[in-house]
Amino acid sequence: CTSRFWFNYRHVANTLSVYRSVKRLGIPDSHIVLMLADDMACNPRNPKPATVFSHKNMELNVYGDDVEVDYRSYEVTVENFLRVLTGRIPPSTPRSKRLLSDDRSNILIYMTGHGGNGFLKFQDSEEITNVELADAFEQMWQKRRYNELLFIIDTCQGASMYERFYSPNIMALASSQVGEDSLSHQPDLAIGVHLMDRYTFYVLEFLEEIHPASQTNMNDLFQVCPKSLCVSTPGHRTDLFQRDPQNVLITDFFGSVRKVEITTETVSLDRDVAASESK
Amino acid sequence: LLPALTLSHPQGISVYVGKHRSALVRAGGSLAALQARLREVTQVMSFTASSIAAALSDRVPDGQLSPDARRYLKSSLGYEITFSLLNPDPKSHTVDWDIEGAVNRYVKPVLDKLSLVANFSVDSQILYYAVLGVTPRYDKESSSFLLSAHSLPHVINPVEARLGSSAASLYPVLNFLLYVPERSHSPLYIQDKDGAPVSTNAFHSPRWGGIMVYNVEAPASPQASLPLHVDVDMARVMEVFLAQLRLLFGLSREEVPAEFLLERPGNEGLADWELDHLLWAHTVENIATVSTTLTSLAQLLDKIGNIVIKDDVASEVYRAVASVQSAVTELSLGHLHAAFQASKEAVTSSERAFFDPSLLHLLYFPDDQKFAIYIPLFLPMAVPILLSLAKIVRETRQRKKEPTKMD
Repeated sequence: CTSRFWFNYRHVANTLSVYRSVKRLGIPDSHIVLMLADDMACNPRNPKPATVFSHKNMELNVYGDDVEVDYRSYEVTVENFLRVLTGRIPPSTPRSKRLLSDDRSNILIYMTGHGGNGFLKFQDSEEITNVELADAFEQMWQKRRYNELLFIIDTCQGASMYERFYSPNIMALASSQVGEDSLSHQPDLAIGVHLMDRYTFYVLEFLEEIHPASQTNMNDLFQVCPKSLCVSTPGHRTDLFQRDPQNVLITDFFGSVRKVEITTETVSLDRDVAASESK
Repeated sequence: LLPALTLSHPQGISVYVGKHRSALVRAGGSLAALQARLREVTQVMSFTASSIAAALSDRVPDGQLSPDARRYLKSSLGYEITFSLLNPDPKSHTVDWDIEGAVNRYVKPVLDKLSLVANFSVDSQILYYAVLGVTPRYDKESSSFLLSAHSLPHVINPVEARLGSSAASLYPVLNFLLYVPERSHSPLYIQDKDGAPVSTNAFHSPRWGGIMVYNVEAPASPQASLPLHVDVDMARVMEVFLAQLRLLFGLSREEVPAEFLLERPGNEGLADWELDHLLWAHTVENIATVSTTLTSLAQLLDKIGNIVIKDDVASEVYRAVASVQSAVTELSLGHLHAAFQASKEAVTSSERAFFDPSLLHLLYFPDDQKFAIYIPLFLPMAVPILLSLAKIVRETRQRKKEPTKMD
């Protein structure tokens, strides 16, 4: 989430809802870098402190006990974001703030905020352009910091952000095309702001039906939020991706299903060996 | 080549591979058969085309790799090994494991032998009330609980959140978990794909670690007092964990042909030639990594012309280039240890140079952005200045003409 101020509550709720779904499908906090540009739960204007709701009538509190925010408030800057992606991080950064991925990692990047044709606004004072993002992904590819990457963006004119990607194995989804605005979903009268954006709301409804062993594939995710529900036209880009989206499972990115092998060998040890002396 | 091998070896065995670096080959008949045998021996003890591809795995296009070529641990300067005991039911079982003794007796010899390859650090922990994410099925015939092979991938994630793997070090972590099932789910066996229970009762996940299930015998009398005291047989556990460690590093015995008999390496865990193979694979991987890192750094500098390279970054690059060149020459001469050391230095230097925090391309403005920022500032200011300059020039020219008129 890249926006500040109370009236951008919905961006924080978007991000926290995606965070919650991803954790539910099995990804642990050590594998998640969560960046929230402003604090909504403890915002002085929040009538229900310590909560962030994603559904009107306050059905679901997405800011529960289990939320680990890695970059909060003013730490969410374009520079920090690019540093996390490319790994050019000062040596004193703790492990939870680093992206420790390797060539077998599938990465999901979800960004939301205010954006325009070719840029995404950070903190109301700076922007990240689609060229910078494409270059950062290329730097990641050069160092093989990802195996496959799924980029989801929910902003106005979101499709412009993925136009410039040129590194292989990237799939991108956006909530609206160039020239269209993404709209928010529903206001809540008690809290006084809009709680979610439409595209993320329908993506989350879709994700609620996924469980860790699910076989649903990416083509279903592309169908989420048609124009009748979303008012904007969601777009996607798969030309850089090597596999057919039909064969890509949702849990490849949103969940974490590891490959396991049965251990069939043992090492035979001499049991009567005396303890070796430590050097 | 000995003309006749002693007949103490069983008939089906024709090659005996020792634990240092020698092999005895029995070959009757033609020279061609001998040649084929020798080729097999070198393939087992040294390297094949597929192991070269595996070592270079991330530079090789996907189509040419076998599907499990990228499962071995990547070469790293160090690894952290964590042994965890999971006891989900402390009310029924009080589990004691002598992990320090086991580490000293069984794990240390293996790690000492592997110390050439990387630095290892070992720690251990005990977790209570940590459950598997999957409910095992009850099987009436064997009156035991079974975990099927396709539910195993879902076991790891719920546990991992509680493992607290290393906030401190940046080295890859290998987790070895020993799970003592709850009394209500005992005994628990792991089923392989065919439905047969696995003899080791353990499974591992590439680049992560391994899990073993340790069943506690039911008490003789049902009135035995709870909690039961359990003393874990560490030797049996370590046999499995060390085998998993070998498999994680890629030292498996799967591809050895059936007529080969391998000498047991004893408590050291691996034979000398296996260690050589590991060193060689890591050296090749390191050299490939360094060359791609430096190439991509050079490309980055080409793209953003006005990046400033600090002196220490430059010296790291020089050091990396020198080290990788010496690694390649040492490797071609066959000096494996020297080549490995040189490749390690090369990797350290090149990573330090590539990931230096000052190389963020965001900090260097491309020229078109500079124009975009400065023109709106200077152009409006420049217009009155230029106009008045033009006016001054016109006036001086007129004044120069006028004296000639007045005269």
